[in-house]
Amino acid sequence: MGKAWILALGLMTTLASPASAQTFQPAIVYDVGGKADKSFNEAAFAGAERFRKETGVAFREFEISAEAQREQAFANMARRGASIVIGIGFTQKVALEKVAKQYPTVKFTLVDTTSDLPNVQSVIFREQEGSFLVGMLAAMASKTHKVGFVGGMDIPLIRRFALGYSDGAKHADPATEVFQNMTGSTPAAWTDPARGAELARSQIDRGADVIFAAAGTTGLGVLQATADGGKLGIGVDANQDHLHPGRMLTSMVKRVDLVVYRAFMAAKNGDWKPGIAVLGLAEDAVGYTVDEHNDKLITPEMKAKVEAARAEIIAGRLKVREYQAP
Amino acid sequence: MTRAKLPAWVDYGLAPLLTLAAALGASSLAILAIGENPWAALSTLAGGAVGDTSGIGYTLYYATNFVFAGLAVALPFHGGSFNIGGEGQAYLGGLGAALVCLALPAASWWLVLPLAFIAAFAFGAGWAFVPAWLKATRDSHVVITTIMFNLIASALMAYLLVNVLIAPGQSAPETVTFAESAWLPQVTPLLASMGIEIGPSPLNLSFPVAILASFGVWLLLWRTRWGYEIRAAGLNENAAAYGGISLARTTILSLCLGGGLAGLVALNEVLGAQHRLLLGFPGGYGFAGIAVALMGRNHPVGIFLAALLFGALYQGGTELSFDMPDVTREIVVVIEGLVILFCGALESLFRKRLEAIFA
Repeated sequence: MGKAWILALGLMTTLASPASAQTFQPAIVYDVGGKADKSFNEAAFAGAERFRKETGVAFREFEISAEAQREQAFANMARRGASIVIGIGFTQKVALEKVAKQYPTVKFTLVDTTSDLPNVQSVIFREQEGSFLVGMLAAMASKTHKVGFVGGMDIPLIRRFALGYSDGAKHADPATEVFQNMTGSTPAAWTDPARGAELARSQIDRGADVIFAAAGTTGLGVLQATADGGKLGIGVDANQDHLHPGRMLTSMVKRVDLVVYRAFMAAKNGDWKPGIAVLGLAEDAVGYTVDEHNDKLITPEMKAKVEAARAEIIAGRLKVREYQAP
Repeated sequence: MTRAKLPAWVDYGLAPLLTLAAALGASSLAILAIGENPWAALSTLAGGAVGDTSGIGYTLYYATNFVFAGLAVALPFHGGSFNIGGEGQAYLGGLGAALVCLALPAASWWLVLPLAFIAAFAFGAGWAFVPAWLKATRDSHVVITTIMFNLIASALMAYLLVNVLIAPGQSAPETVTFAESAWLPQVTPLLASMGIEIGPSPLNLSFPVAILASFGVWLLLWRTRWGYEIRAAGLNENAAAYGGISLARTTILSLCLGGGLAGLVALNEVLGAQHRLLLGFPGGYGFAGIAVALMGRNHPVGIFLAALLFGALYQGGTELSFDMPDVTREIVVVIEGLVILFCGALESLFRKRLEAIFA
């Protein structure tokens, strides 16, 4: 076997030839949550899958499991001839920028934070607008006039969700009380469903009957606890209404799937452009979901009110506050 | 258990190879179970680790972490203390290095780098000092205290990075990137300036430092009076105490030096590769150091070889999940775990038979 091992090494040096650079090669690097997080990263995966199905072009992908792998992942993609590499999540910024400087001809798309390098396209969302709408829905669906918010890691991005949600709830019904908890201040806060469930139960104990989870896989615990407690949950990023049919009021979708799909498509067709894009309700990049799992929970009056607010926001007549980092 | 004397090439060559082969056999079953070709997967793993200069660079880069983390366990082990706190000591070492780099943004490299090196070592050693002192004076169990100090370290660092050291205007809990004078030179550009082209990797000058550290640990343990005292205390503390050796001194000395070595993980990660302090940068290297030390039988040479194997597995595993999408990162961990299990815990699996043949 020792001999076989050496043989394997020898074989590999011949196998490890670079892939041809002519063909279009899309690639995507997920964050630590992984592509099966039923939320942010999974939405990105869905977008990439849609691209693959429609064009027949396969994509490379990688899930980060250690900090040191970030730069390695981007560099590997670029070195193997990727035409475009999408980095999912704000924690990818430094690694992506470092590699983008080394490979100026490769296109990079960064989701959820911004970079001003000439070969990087950044996409951020106006989460506060979508959160505002689901906040309205929460307030209108609540019988106790108490609604909850469970965030993941306490960062400006998640506070943007929280503020929009709370403003939306008070816009629909000024008497609504909003409870707000963050799971933690480190990235571990994204992957702790047990703690999420605990926070949700404590909010239920205080009277909340609708809870919005913006917390990665931690949110799955929140939604489980609200469903078990007979209350309503609100999902985030991807459409999570199917998780607990009838116990999910709606989901605040962030169309990461659309961003990934469009970036791949644009790169393939040659009209990909660097720069910063800010997407909100007007671009249909954030919003709330209505499907067969929750259409009984959202009455026509609720929907009419929310749609009115949505039109107002798009027209610029209703201003949604954006959380400002201190 | 009494061990028959085996020829050195069997003990250190053939036996590990056999266990490695058994581990790869077991891994093949795991890969077969998910419907992939084990031969292709294992060749990808091997090729990713040592197939090109970039792969070798990454392997050595990861191995550097494992050398420091392994030495951090082995040195106190010879003194009779089981240091489980490498993770926290490495974390604090990063803090020391980062504070120097952030405090002296404009200084030249000959000032920043030695100071950062000293600070990384000192902070790691300092973090190990409290458990060491508690053991020496209160007989607290170091396994418990060093584990607890890992948790305290991670809470402390989370607080500092989220509230104090975070670079302004961003969400990720990490410091600003250090000035370039504080970057430990990487091997790829260094060789390129000499006209040798190798693939890119974060391999940097902390790798030779790791080799020197291994040699230093050997020198200390087997060629100095302090080392003799440490080993004597580890073999039989009653006899050592009777012989006039201060157990408090050997405990504190061995644990603090171990902590300092763990702190040097930051040399590779913070100064050599990331050039900034980020949350969770030790990424489990401190814990892996325990397995490295055990596999290397607590000898610097063994640790170096074990660290190379760990580095190769780490790098090869990353390449594996790149090239074979069906081999998820979880399967990679299974393969790594099997190799560690066989080589570390089951290393005497073939021993009886080898003894029958060779001894």
